Amino acid sequence: MTERVPVLKIGDVLLVSIQVDLEDQTVLDLQDDLAARIVATGASGVVIDITAVEIVDSFVGRMLATTAAISRMLDAETVVVGMRPAVAITLVELGLSLGGVRTALTLEKGLDMLARPDSRPPAKP
Amino acid sequence: MTGMREGVTSVAEQEISTRLVELLTQQRESLGAAWLENVSATLRGRISVAELDRELRELYSALVDGLRTGGFDWQGDSYAEVRALLGELSRNRARQGFSPTETAVSVLAGKEILEPTTETSAEDIHAYLRLSRLMDALGLYTLEVYAKTREEIISAQSEQLMELSTPVVKLWEGVVAVPLVGTLDSARTQVVMEKLLQTLVDTGSDQAIIDITGVPAVDTEVAQHLLKTVVAARLMGAECTISGIRPQIAQTIVALGIQFGDIVTKATLADALKHALRRNSVDLGRAGGAA
Repeated sequence: MTERVPVLKIGDVLLVSIQVDLEDQTVLDLQDDLAARIVATGASGVVIDITAVEIVDSFVGRMLATTAAISRMLDAETVVVGMRPAVAITLVELGLSLGGVRTALTLEKGLDMLARPDSRPPAKP
Repeated sequence: MTGMREGVTSVAEQEISTRLVELLTQQRESLGAAWLENVSATLRGRISVAELDRELRELYSALVDGLRTGGFDWQGDSYAEVRALLGELSRNRARQGFSPTETAVSVLAGKEILEPTTETSAEDIHAYLRLSRLMDALGLYTLEVYAKTREEIISAQSEQLMELSTPVVKLWEGVVAVPLVGTLDSARTQVVMEKLLQTLVDTGSDQAIIDITGVPAVDTEVAQHLLKTVVAARLMGAECTISGIRPQIAQTIVALGIQFGDIVTKATLADALKHALRRNSVDLGRAGGAA
């Protein structure tokens, strides 16, 4: 039916690279999968790569914040990486500032950020 | 009944236009010279007489041709040549910075050349009045083209201004800055925001500085725009610093009760750069394992 987004494990970090158009069901499946994988692997960090995401709506925006909150509950820090300018502008216009979600320009910088936590405070609204 | 009257009118008009063509052709040289004199008196040497003479000669013969074939229907095909000439004349005048009066006079001065005297016969006076109406219509057309050209110039200029006024400069490895000059409105902020964010991606910079030294005033709307830009940059994983806040602006911001939250603000661009470098050097130090 709907495609599932793969959750990859690198060391103690889980990598979620979203390459498909995000439908509501895909997003909900991803949240389930991710929460289950964090518990199963005991990962300490999650990187969500949205480089390929061109279109977002308020649901996807909220999903990112919710996923980050769920991960934090499970003691895994979430970093959203590779957000496109157009996506960032859309989220701001929608009034979503993703408070509490950490962001990085590239996947590399995101992994680097997880390797040394607390060096930068998370973005506040 | 109506049809008959229309028929009568068109026959009468035919006669009038034939008479006008006759008059204008007979005295071509003297009338043309009078026209040229009238126009150049108003323009007072801002355009060379030779050029003016050429323009008016072309216009004169086009007008006579139009009258001969198309009567007084200045919007018809017969007047295509006249309209093209007037359009070109008007556009040139607008570009060279002539006033509307100076533009319209080229056409309207043409009315005076056939001005009736006490010896003029009743038919000729009638013909003159008809010509006068035609010239008025053409004069209005000239002004319309003039106004349209000016509007084109204005919109082209504001576009250029928009492009010119939002450069994103790279200050250091990983640090970019936007020096904002002039009043910020929604359209400009949008351009600034898009350009800044795109530059962050292109250069892989994670420190951005928005310098507002050149922004004359900050009100709630401008502050809102700035905040949006900063939040969008953060969403992409870059830190934004606002610099160049002058004393009066700081007072205004506080008086308006605008909250910049945890956004870092600095008085000068130098301070902001120092701040950005300090944050970056920590990053570099940890990442590269060097000092």
